[in-house]
Amino acid sequence: MRQKIIIALLALSSILLVRNLYVMFLQLSDELNQGAIWRIFYFHLPSAMTSFIGFYIGAGLSVMYLWKKDLKYDALAAVINEVSLVFALITLITGMIWARIAWGIWWAVGDHRLTSYLVCILLYAGYLMLRRSVQDPAQRASLSAVIAIFASLDIMIVWKSIEWWRGNHPGPVLSIRDGGGMAPGWEGLAYWNVLAIVLLAIPMVLIRHKQEQMQGEIDSVRRFAHEH
Amino acid sequence: MTPAVNIEGVWKYYGDFPALRNINLKAAPGDCIALLGRNGAGKTTLLRIAAGLSRPARGTVAINGGIGWLGHGIGVYEELSAYENLVVFGQLHGVADPKKTAHAWLERTSLDRVADALVREFSRGMRQRLAVARAFLHSPQVVLFDEPFTSLDDRAIALLQSLFGEAIAQGRTVIMSTHQLREAMELATHVALIQRGAMVHFGPRTSEMLADPGYLYRTFGEA
Amino acid sequence: MKTLRQALVITRKDLRAELRTKETLNAAVSFSISVLLLFSFALDPTPDQTMEIGGGVLWMIFLFAGTLVFNRSFARELPNDCLDALIASPASSAAIFLGKCFAGFSMMLIVEVLSLPVFGLFFGGRIMDHPFHLIITLLLSTWSVTIMGTTFSALTVNLRLRELMLPVLVYPMLLPAMLAAFKLLTTLVGGQPIGDEDMQWLRVLFGFNLIFTSLALALADSILVN
Repeated sequence: MRQKIIIALLALSSILLVRNLYVMFLQLSDELNQGAIWRIFYFHLPSAMTSFIGFYIGAGLSVMYLWKKDLKYDALAAVINEVSLVFALITLITGMIWARIAWGIWWAVGDHRLTSYLVCILLYAGYLMLRRSVQDPAQRASLSAVIAIFASLDIMIVWKSIEWWRGNHPGPVLSIRDGGGMAPGWEGLAYWNVLAIVLLAIPMVLIRHKQEQMQGEIDSVRRFAHEH
Repeated sequence: MTPAVNIEGVWKYYGDFPALRNINLKAAPGDCIALLGRNGAGKTTLLRIAAGLSRPARGTVAINGGIGWLGHGIGVYEELSAYENLVVFGQLHGVADPKKTAHAWLERTSLDRVADALVREFSRGMRQRLAVARAFLHSPQVVLFDEPFTSLDDRAIALLQSLFGEAIAQGRTVIMSTHQLREAMELATHVALIQRGAMVHFGPRTSEMLADPGYLYRTFGEA
Repeated sequence: MKTLRQALVITRKDLRAELRTKETLNAAVSFSISVLLLFSFALDPTPDQTMEIGGGVLWMIFLFAGTLVFNRSFARELPNDCLDALIASPASSAAIFLGKCFAGFSMMLIVEVLSLPVFGLFFGGRIMDHPFHLIITLLLSTWSVTIMGTTFSALTVNLRLRELMLPVLVYPMLLPAMLAAFKLLTTLVGGQPIGDEDMQWLRVLFGFNLIFTSLALALADSILVN
């Protein structure tokens, strides 16, 4: 059953992606100042939204774990956070490339978007590092849950505080809304691609989840074998 | 009458490994339960859960009254003096007059002459006696000790036996895990045997056990 | 109330032990002074430059010194399984946590008070011009570092990689509070009082402290007991 869902979602996502790429390259023209590469935005925004949603679902699952103490919540939270981390990395990299092409700089100190995603990546990379160094599943779950809750709250505060900080240090703003603004009709495609990327993320989570479950089973068989 | 200790349906997992399987234990005030079992059977896990240091995956633990805990570590601070340590724990346990209580217990454990010396400078026997003082000073209703007789000198063993005896006589409850079968059998009113996380035996201490402390182990094929 | 009283017992215990050995304080203060010295050579700032960067440099050094303090915070409970003895006592997880916070907070303040004159010596600046504002800023900023440092000290206490994990997680988490501290201290180093535009940063610190202190106390049980 799960296998069928994974295949269905991957198929749907692929169809959407192909369709979007078609629209992107053949129907929309190159932007005047940015050239062809501005289309990377169409992967930047969906990745950003996917990872954002993912981290907050992960935080919600962490709260559920702390409440119910059922390790299933921890397993799911961990894989969702992991997949979200991947998309956060994609967000950061595509964001930096886009910034370089569009505004000539790789990074702007005080850009709240890219900086918040970097902080996110640092926190959740730490989260994964920590998980790897704890053996006992219950302790690992408790620890991870607390960190995920702290991190998700912190990211919002980071975002806002850098925005305020930038108020005193006006600098380049790597954003379409404040900067250029997109031509009408082109925004729709962005949301189609959000759907495509989210549909891609879900099978990734399911596959990872299955992997984790199998690893857990192997570990317990190993432990059983050692005991007897 | 409410049991002093009521452990019901407790399971504990480390990953998929069941460290404790469906443990049920009821102790009345004045009971002294000797918890037997080989290393790794789950005695320490059970005591830690009873003391609130670990959470069971399933089941409940109800303790009627304050807890006196002594685990593998002595639970006293190296950089504080014996007196300071006892005052700190007295205050944490809400003892009426921590300073007076500390002095009284230092005398009781023959540590009054070194009251102001730092624990760092203590010999092993002195540390053990201080640890015992820490665990008993608030007159806990339930005393949970994990292998308390291990590597104690004779003076400390005598002290511990008299403290346990006193507690039991006062209607307080003692649960201790131990490998020192002789000392345990002399004090115990009940004996429990844990094997691979399950409680395979729980009952009153019999005269056979007193005469032959290893009796239970042999019966359950552990000898 | 009871939680506060129990917390203060633990705070006094920590401070008494620390003042006896002074291990952590010595390390943190020496670190602070050495790094201030090194930075004074590395940056070699003119008085004007000090006004611009001094606040940032100062707080970065306090942050690093704070890592030394908070790495020890729960780690000092490990010998002799003292943490078990504390948890088995009637003291709630929140009381234990709060007690540790107050102790770490006090230690950081000691480090800061001893480092400020050294900063003045090497860098100059006019940080003492508005002492009341300086005190408020230091108290609020230090509490931010305290709450994160203590939380992550408790979370990582049993881990092999404890000393690495603390900075890896705490520094990114503290970014908002650090931004505020940098801004405020820069203003103060310049001899200016905290004006209207800087008030928002005091609010950021206050909000940050409120949110994460509440969260940490609410989750104290999950943080300390497995």
